Order: sequence, then structure tokens, then C-alpha cells
Amino acid sequence: MTTGIRVGWRASLGLTGDVLAALPVPLAFPLLTAFYYGESPLPFVAAIAVSLALGASFRSVQDPAEDLGPREAFLAVALIWFLVAAVGAIPFVVAGVGTVAHPVNAMFEAMSGLTTTGATVLVDFSLHSRSVMMWRQVIQWLGGLGILILATAVLSEIGVGGAQLMETESQTQDVNKLTPKISRTAQLIWGIYVGLTGLAIAVYFLLGLAFDPQMDLYNAVAHAFTSVATAGFSPEPQSVGAFHPVIQWAVVPFMVIGSTSFVLIYFAINGEPMRLLKNEEFHFYLGAMGTLASIVAFALFLDPSVTFGAEGTVRHAVFNVASIVTTTGYASTDYVAWAPAAKHMLFMGMFIGGMVGSTTCSIKSLRWLVALKTFRRNLYTAIHPEAVRPVRVSGKPVDEGAIRDIYAYLLLSIVIFFLLTVVIVVDAERAGLRVTEFEALGAAATTFLNIGPAFGEAGPYGTFASFPMSTRAVMIVLMWIGRIEIIPVLVLFTKAFWTS
Amino acid sequence: MHVVVIGAGEVGTSIAGSLSSDHEVVVVDVDEDRAEQLKYEIDVLTIAGDGTTSDIQTAAEVGRADMVIACTDNDQTNLVACGTAKTLGDGFTIARVKSTDFLRTWEGSEGAFGVDFMVCTDLLTAENIVRVIGLPAAIDVDPFASGMVQMAEFEIAEESPMAGQTVAEADRFESLTFVGLFRNGELTIPRGDTGIKAGDRAVVIGSPESVQAFATDVDPRTTPDDADDIVIVGGSEIGYQTARLLGERELQPRIIEQDPDRARWLAEQLPKAVVMEHDATDTEFLSREHVDEADIVVTALRSDEKNLLVSVLAKRLGVDRVIAVVDSPDYVTVFEEIGIDIAINPRTVTAEEITRFTYESVAENIAVLENDQAEVLELELTEGCGLVGRPISELVADTDARFVIGAITRDHQLVTPRGDTVLRPGDHVILLVDSDSVGEIASMA
Repeated sequence: MTTGIRVGWRASLGLTGDVLAALPVPLAFPLLTAFYYGESPLPFVAAIAVSLALGASFRSVQDPAEDLGPREAFLAVALIWFLVAAVGAIPFVVAGVGTVAHPVNAMFEAMSGLTTTGATVLVDFSLHSRSVMMWRQVIQWLGGLGILILATAVLSEIGVGGAQLMETESQTQDVNKLTPKISRTAQLIWGIYVGLTGLAIAVYFLLGLAFDPQMDLYNAVAHAFTSVATAGFSPEPQSVGAFHPVIQWAVVPFMVIGSTSFVLIYFAINGEPMRLLKNEEFHFYLGAMGTLASIVAFALFLDPSVTFGAEGTVRHAVFNVASIVTTTGYASTDYVAWAPAAKHMLFMGMFIGGMVGSTTCSIKSLRWLVALKTFRRNLYTAIHPEAVRPVRVSGKPVDEGAIRDIYAYLLLSIVIFFLLTVVIVVDAERAGLRVTEFEALGAAATTFLNIGPAFGEAGPYGTFASFPMSTRAVMIVLMWIGRIEIIPVLVLFTKAFWTS
Repeated sequence: MHVVVIGAGEVGTSIAGSLSSDHEVVVVDVDEDRAEQLKYEIDVLTIAGDGTTSDIQTAAEVGRADMVIACTDNDQTNLVACGTAKTLGDGFTIARVKSTDFLRTWEGSEGAFGVDFMVCTDLLTAENIVRVIGLPAAIDVDPFASGMVQMAEFEIAEESPMAGQTVAEADRFESLTFVGLFRNGELTIPRGDTGIKAGDRAVVIGSPESVQAFATDVDPRTTPDDADDIVIVGGSEIGYQTARLLGERELQPRIIEQDPDRARWLAEQLPKAVVMEHDATDTEFLSREHVDEADIVVTALRSDEKNLLVSVLAKRLGVDRVIAVVDSPDYVTVFEEIGIDIAINPRTVTAEEITRFTYESVAENIAVLENDQAEVLELELTEGCGLVGRPISELVADTDARFVIGAITRDHQLVTPRGDTVLRPGDHVILLVDSDSVGEIASMA
């Protein structure tokens, strides 16, 4: 206690070390891909070596006497998300091809991957080996898994991924009690995640056989990894737009399921589908998506320059709205060319997000639902100041403290989003680049809220390499902060966290 | 009968007083002075000591008691006293409780805590209030099967929409049976085509909800419906239970509760009720929330003084009917003299319920109608009794006895009797019987 530090940082480092030491397992996947295609295994060998070395050294400082409390968990989560991204950047640097050879770009790509954002700095997709492209997909799948663990089971007490919301929302409040043991709960959730990924591989591959030879096993695996994770990377420069319409339709349900509460999916699989079907957040989430898709389709029908045909218009509206609202970030077409009405709808959709307890990013439906219901309640209490009206979600009252937290979170998100927008505009001007306000707003939302593509140069078929290097560095930090829901990172910068 | 009463508070004293003339009553109280004092008030044997202990209960001869009534102010004491009594003998045990949780546990598992009959003071009071509010047109209302079934008697007024209808037209509710019709003081067992005339008195048996709906048909003018504004002042357990029971009858009251935590709790438990957190003695608040225009105000605050103040305020602001919960029996008349419409005392209600229960022998529960022209009985059927195992239509055809089965409860579920319903052992049957046939029915049961 002579140092005055009150955080069991050795425990945090120990946990981070455990994760880094396990990282060679997912790294083995692109390594095997490299062997299969006869490409250089060096990028992955290097990353495996670094993760093993870092993991071992972190574990060596671990003090078994220290407990992992909420404070240590905050530190560990922040460290894990940052360091795994750092190790994940190594293959890009070692491969040394294209824009991602630069360390900052490599870090951007890896952070965008791990946070399931899906914004890319790649310019020419054809330069890269198939194994490096597969690593982008694997790291996103890993990021989805990581956030599921935080949001549903293992570390729900630190409240990342909306887990604290699930406790206030009673339909899923027994999230920690799916089974009495946390490790068993985690296994169930992983089981669903892995099972859905397997199903997606099978569906994509079979549809590929039937409709589109370009959807081969490589692409089926690559897209399965990033659709259930609502992540959005694609080895194809045209994203999902490169494939047959039937395959595009088939991707939609996997994105939607990836953004649905895995706890409620678990209950649905186990014979209690009503818990999902009667859940108000689920209604809100599907309703928001449906409404936006209808408006976008309507806007596209009105736009004379759009020539998709009836099916194509509906498909592109549904696909791209689902992609944005679930925070996946695929595209079925380059919507940068769309009329402003449709584009602004997509921009709005960025702020919604899927359900808590899923792989989704952004603000999340439950927060909006509670905020809107609270607002309606406040209108009532404006007339009847003495009335006591609990806000209810799915019939269960929401704690007033949780409502305050949600308001604070919404405000904090909006403030950070605006600050990032200003940074993007100012930094671009400093570098002598032209970035419109709408493009800056889109780029800020898409990185901070972990969606993926934005508008303009950074559109779905474009690249974030068009921004200045310094902007990209800021974006790396904000993807990191946004993914683990702001608080775990911000608390690290308070004195009270370390000393009291 | 040898009766042991544990607890010589207001409830215990009142029960002991009404039983002492016909029965051998022993009263146990922990307070020596109180025990001594009671000896001079009523003619009973008193014992000072802890009524939950075997020693004291043995001294009170609980072992040969026919009935043990535990009615102290403490729930746990009463439950333990009943449990102890069951170890000494097999007298019928009655416990008074406040907590509805204990009541739910007891209802869920018969004989739990060694209690044979449980009276929940707050719930009983709330049921009384709801009856007063909900059925102003009824001449007589009695609960059966621990509140699951109600018997009610109504006089059909000249302007009632039911005057001129047939029984089949009037009895349009699934869980309600039209059991009797009194015309000029004569009992008629009604058939579907029996016509109803103004001045008749109708007797129905059914679920409280269906009786409420029937009352609306009989007298839509005075029976409250969801358009009526009912305000409950004070979210005490009695206030809460009253609101809950009113809610079950589609009447959504407003509740005023001063304590923020309690108000929040009430609002969470009663999603449809409007809960307001404020001091109900603030007249500016009362008129702002239009409490002065309420049809009915119930005051269920925790002190009699506050209830009195709020009741008087409500009356003065122009509320039609004010019903006050009065904790001290001495003040009941004071409240009513001041002009409060009805003052209800939980202890009196409890004492009456327990006393009423002790009177009943063969039947579990009795209500007497129209100068003993007819009785409504609750019977628990046993294996091998004459009513079991045959459809009701056969039972009726085979006997001269004049009776109508109004309701059956089976495993805590209400069963509506039909001609082909077969009665089973363990069923609780609530039936109306012509007084001349009571002996015959009693011999069959």
C-alpha cells in the first residue's frame, strides 16, 4: 500500500495475459489458411510469438492473492480490447502489403475488426493474401464472441454491452441464472454463437452452390464469421453486393439474429419462445428496422435515378437498413450514390442499434425504449406532479437509477459523437482535405458507434484511408471506447479509480 | 365447548366476551395486569404468561380444548401458538395474521403452521370495504370458500332493468348461479323461465367478479363502474389490498400515499392504478387533483387522527361517500356521528369473523336469509356422503329437499355447477337450502 494504488492491477494483467496466451488458437485459423493456399505463414507466426510472449510475461506478474473485482475487471477489459487489437495488427504489418503495412493503419484495421466495426483502410483488396483477408474476418468473429461474454455472462457485473440494463429489465434479469454456474452459462451462449455461425456457413455455401459460384467455401466461412458477429468486414470490395440477390436476402436474418438478445434466443430454443416474442425491446428493434426500411424503400422508389427494379429496391432498402441498424456494416450496393433522403435515414439508423445481450454495437434499442417511455411518463407527471409512475418494459418496472444512467449514457454518447465530428472536420481542413459536414457526421457515428461504412469517400465501397493519419488515430481510440461502452475506459482516467 | 383464547387485546377480549356466555373460555395473555383486569370485565378464567409455550398452554388445558384462538397482535406469536397447540391436542386452531404472505402459504398447503383456519385482518378489512363500495345495492353479502365465492341478495327496484326479465335473461354470467327468488317473503326456486318482478329479492352465488357484474345489471345507477372515481388515501396494507380487490372488479382507484418508497412500491404492484405521492391533508393538492369530485373516498392512513382529518376534509370538499378505516373501536361512533358514511374497524371485523366461525358446526359457513326462510351453507364433502358421485340433476330429482347448488370449489378452483356436474369428496359446495329442508341436506352431507 506504499504506492497508494488501490487497484489489483496484477489481477487485471493476469487475466489479460490469459486472454493473450489463448490468442494463438484463433490465429491458427489464418495460419492454416496460409498453408492451404501456399501463402507465407510468417505474419501469423510472428503474431503468435508476440501473443505468447506477452501473455507469459503478464501472467508472471499475476498475484494469486489478488481478487478480480469490478475495478480490476474494468482495467482488464480496457487492456484486453486494446492489446488484442495491437497483436491483431501484427500480421498486417509483417505482411507489409498495401495501406495496412503502416502501423497506424494496421492498428485501425485490427481495432475496427475486434470492435466489430467494419470500417476499413484497405484500398486495393486484390493486393492481399487470402490468409490475411481471412484474419480480418476471424478477428471480427472473435470480437463478437468477446462482447457476448461481457454482455451476457461472465463479466456482466461491470455492465458492458448493456448487461446492467438486462438486470433492470426483468424479463432477462435472471441472465446470470440461466444455470447456477457462470462458466456453464458462458458455454451455452458460446454454443448458440458457434451454432449460428455454423448454420450461416452451411446456408451461404449451399446457396453459393445453387446460385453463385463466387460464394465458395472461403467466402461462406468469411461472411458467416462477420454476419453473426454483426461486424461487417468482407474479403470482397463490393461487400455482399458481390453476390446473387438470393444470398443477399439470406444474409439479412443472420444479421438480425446476431443483434437479438442471445439470452432470449436461448429461452426460445429451450421451448420458451414467448419470452422473446413478447419482449418489448424486440418489438422496438424490429419496428425501428421495419419503419426505416419502408421509408428508405419509399425514398428509392421516388428517386428517378435509382434503377433496381421493384425487388431490387426493396432488397437494397431492407438489406442496408438491417446492416446499419444491427451495426453490421455490409452493403448490397454503394448507397453513397442514393438521394439524400435515403442516406439520412441510414444515418439515423446508425444510432439505434440492436438488443442488449447481443453482438450489436451502437446505443441499443433498450436504452431508446426506456428513454422514450420515460419521456412519455414525464409528460404525464408534468400535469400530475405527484403521480408516481414506474417506467415499465415488458410489464416490469425499470429502476429509476438505471433510467438516470441511461440518460447520462445517451448524453455522453451524443457529446462524444459531436466532438469527434468536429475533430474530423478540423483535422481534414488542417491536412487540406475536403470533408463535408455530412461525411464527417457519418464517419464519426460509424466509428464511435462501431457500425462500419459511412458516406462519401468512406462509403461502403470506399476507404477510411482517405482521412488524415491523425484522424484515424483518434478513430482507433473512439472505436475502442465505443465498443466497451465508454465507462470502462473513462474510469481509468479518474484519480478515484486508482487511489481511493 | 372448551375454548382457549391467546391474546387479550381488543380482538381477543371481544371474542372471549361473545363466547363466554355459552362456552367455557380460558384467556391467556402475556401481560399480568391485563389478565387480572380481564377477570373483572368478563366471566372467564385468565392465565398470565407466554401463550406460545407448552407450560402455559397445558395450564390452560389446551389438550382438551375444542378450539384454540390465537389473536395477539403478532403474526409469528399466533402461528407458533397454534403449532404448540397441535402438539398438545387436536382442538380446532384459528390464527389471526396481518401478513397476506402467511395467508397465501396457508392457503397453498392446508394445515400449514398447525393452523386450521386463518383470518387475515387487513385482507378481511379490505374485502369489507370493497363489498361496501362495490355492492351498495345489495341487502346482504357473505363470503364463502375463503373469499372465492360470494352470496349476495338484491332487491329488484321498480326502475331496475332486470324487472320484467326472466331468470335466464338475467343470469348471463358464466361463473354465477341464480339460486333463489323471494316474492312477498316466499321463497321460489327459480327456473330459467321464471319472471322477475319489481319488489322481488334475488339471491345469487358466484365469483366476486360475476356478482359485481350482476349488481351492475340490477342497479346500474348506484353500482360503481369504471367511470366512477374512487380515491384511496393511504397506501397501508389495507389500502393496497382494497385497491387490488377493486382492480380485480374492473374498478381502478387512485391512491394517495405520502411515503416515496411505499408509493413507488404501490405503483409497481398496481400497474393500472394511479398512485400519487403527497400529503393528503393538503387541500390545494386535493382540489388540483379533483379529489373533491370523487365519488368515493376511502381513508386508510396509519393513524385515526389523520383518517378523521382527511375524512372530514373530503366530506367538506363535497365527496359523495367517505369510508374510513378506524383503528380504535371506540372512535367508530365518533366518525359516524361527524358524518362519515361508514367507519370500519379492523379489529371488530376480525373478531366478528372469528366469532361467526365459532358458531358454525355442521356446515363450515352459514348465511341466514329472510327471517330464516332459507339458508346458504358451505359444506365440505367427505368420502361416502350422500351427495358425492352422482350428477346434480339426479340428486335434485331423487329428493324432496328444496335446494340449489350455487358454486363448487375444487382444489382452490371455482367450478360452476351444471346439471351434469358430479360432486367429489373434498369439494366445497355452497348451496341455498329452504329452511325446512336443512335437516334433510345435513343428513345427506
